Amino acid sequence: MTARAYPSELAPRSSFLSWRALAWIAPIALVAAQLFGLLNSPPDRDMGHLQKIMYVHVPAAWNAFIAFFVVLVASVRYLWTKEERHDLLAASAAEAGAVLTALTLMLGSIWGRPTWGVWWTWDARLTSTAVLLMIFVSYLALRAFTEDPERRARWSAAVGIFGALNVPIVYMSVRWWRTLHQVQSSPSTVEPAYAWGLRLNAIAVLLLLIYFIAKRYEIAHLERLLEERRDQEALAQEPAHA
Amino acid sequence: MTSASISERASDFGTRSSSAVSLSGITRRFGHKWALRGIELDVGAGELVVIQGPNGGGKSTLLRVIATAIAPTGGSGRILGLDLKREASGIRQRTAMLGSSNGHYEDLSARENLRFAARMLGVRQPEERIAVVLTHVGLSQDADERVRSFSSGMQRRLALGRTMLQEPQLLLLDEPFNALDADGAVLVNDLIAGVRQRGGTAVVVLHDLARLTWTPSVSYTMLRGRLT
Amino acid sequence: MTSAWRRVAAIAAKDLTAERRAKANVVAVASLGALILLVFGFAVGPDAATLRATAAGILWLAVLFSGVLVFHRSYQIELEGGALETLLLYPADRWEIFAGKLLANICVVLLVEAVVMPLAVIFYNIAVPHTWPALLSVVILGTLGFVTLGTFYAAMASRARSREVLLPLLLFPMLVPVLLAASEGSAALLGGDAMGDAGAWLRLLIAFDIIFILASLLVFEHIIEA
Repeated sequence: MTARAYPSELAPRSSFLSWRALAWIAPIALVAAQLFGLLNSPPDRDMGHLQKIMYVHVPAAWNAFIAFFVVLVASVRYLWTKEERHDLLAASAAEAGAVLTALTLMLGSIWGRPTWGVWWTWDARLTSTAVLLMIFVSYLALRAFTEDPERRARWSAAVGIFGALNVPIVYMSVRWWRTLHQVQSSPSTVEPAYAWGLRLNAIAVLLLLIYFIAKRYEIAHLERLLEERRDQEALAQEPAHA
Repeated sequence: MTSASISERASDFGTRSSSAVSLSGITRRFGHKWALRGIELDVGAGELVVIQGPNGGGKSTLLRVIATAIAPTGGSGRILGLDLKREASGIRQRTAMLGSSNGHYEDLSARENLRFAARMLGVRQPEERIAVVLTHVGLSQDADERVRSFSSGMQRRLALGRTMLQEPQLLLLDEPFNALDADGAVLVNDLIAGVRQRGGTAVVVLHDLARLTWTPSVSYTMLRGRLT
Repeated sequence: MTSAWRRVAAIAAKDLTAERRAKANVVAVASLGALILLVFGFAVGPDAATLRATAAGILWLAVLFSGVLVFHRSYQIELEGGALETLLLYPADRWEIFAGKLLANICVVLLVEAVVMPLAVIFYNIAVPHTWPALLSVVILGTLGFVTLGTFYAAMASRARSREVLLPLLLFPMLVPVLLAASEGSAALLGGDAMGDAGAWLRLLIAFDIIFILASLLVFEHIIEA
């Protein structure tokens, strides 16, 4: 009657077998979606072809949110069941989410430079995304600084849940803050000409996200299995001397 | 988020479980090191159990698991008839542990430390109890001095005093004689006697049996996480 | 239920007594807050208009940076003499420990603010407006949000490696809404609040406080025992 359930099979769960196909499906989908976006939609009135950067920037942002949502759900499930696999999933999703968030910020900055002449603008969405990145980074830092696996899992779960709870609040407060002080316009994402391009790219990035999270989870799972095997062997070894 | 319910308190007056401690397959690791490797232990009510063994053998860890200060990695157990994992709060109500560290707030006085303990334990007529305890452990004169200024012997006696506030059914002592002189040792032995007189049980981790006045019911040795 | 609140009060009283005894600490924290105000003043420059415009933001930064020291100390006293384990062995629910420490920390931070805020008024030439009751609400609600998350995160950071960097790293991104609401709300009220913005920021603070106080009370048991 253990406090946590450790994975006992060597093979990954069967529901994950299908994700391996994404290793080649996802990149192809991404290339296809990018080509669609690049070729299909007209250049923006004001920004010209620079607008096309949105086809990576926006899907990256959307998928970062999805990753964060996975962190939330997995963290709650961990605290509820104390089963370690939920903690591993949360950590994997956090890493993938952090990468996507950083990418979103970089692309936003790159887009901003020719448009507004500055590398950074305190645009509501960009600023909120920067805060989101810092929340992910602090989550990963906490994990790095905590060695005991159970403590690390519990603490990460708490930080993950709190961070996720705060995301909508951060976005709302930063947006209010920006509307108080006159602000430059954000890149347009609502024009119908761009909609399909965005959707297709969002799905392609989602496939990529699923692949990365699943792969990362598999690695973490195998690492824990190995650790667990070693620990169990160490447990069985030492004989008691009379 | 529930504390011990009224019905659990009522059971104090009802049946006493004949087994004070019943552990099965208890394991506990810290990081990758195993401190407890499959402990099987049965302690009957009213017994005095002594656990000896070299440093690092896991004796303190075992005591902490019984006290529910830490949860086991694996295995199960019942303490005073209550489940180790699910009824920890009830176990804490009836168990008192004197650990290897004294657990004082060093900027508070002895009296204030005991007052805090009394309030947390829900002791009735706390001020009188505290005065009695302070006299008993020989700290009445220094009662209002900060614990930071106490010698290690005085701090240990204060910790003993805190244990005395409780009147537990199960007493857990980890190296109780440490830092204590002959008078202090008498306090420890009296404490154990007091608990057993009320039908309670004592589990004591010791290096050196010599200072214990009572004959243990059972003696164990703990080596590298296993009991013999 | 009353015994739970009695224990909460006992924990708060114990923390406050320990804080009072280590007199140096509150004075040091308040001094740091004052120092930050001064240093920011140097960084921003002596132009009166600029100072007045940035005052609210700088004030809250001073509170934030000095406040984290309060949270560390709250757990330091538990870790010093091995008191935490003893504390966890009392028949008390874990949320009571959080609630007690939260109350104590609120008192200490409010005390620090009572020193730092008047100093800000002096250094930054702030005119105290007739809307000062609303201003007080912003301060109290902002402090509540700050101290709630600070007390919660410090329970972890104080026991981890690199605790000096970990607590700000965890805490500050989470405090962005509080920082914005408190500085913007304060600034609006200091400027007479012609647009009625302060109300919206107050509501945000209330929502933030409720959400995170509840979340902390619920989740605390998972982080304190590990």
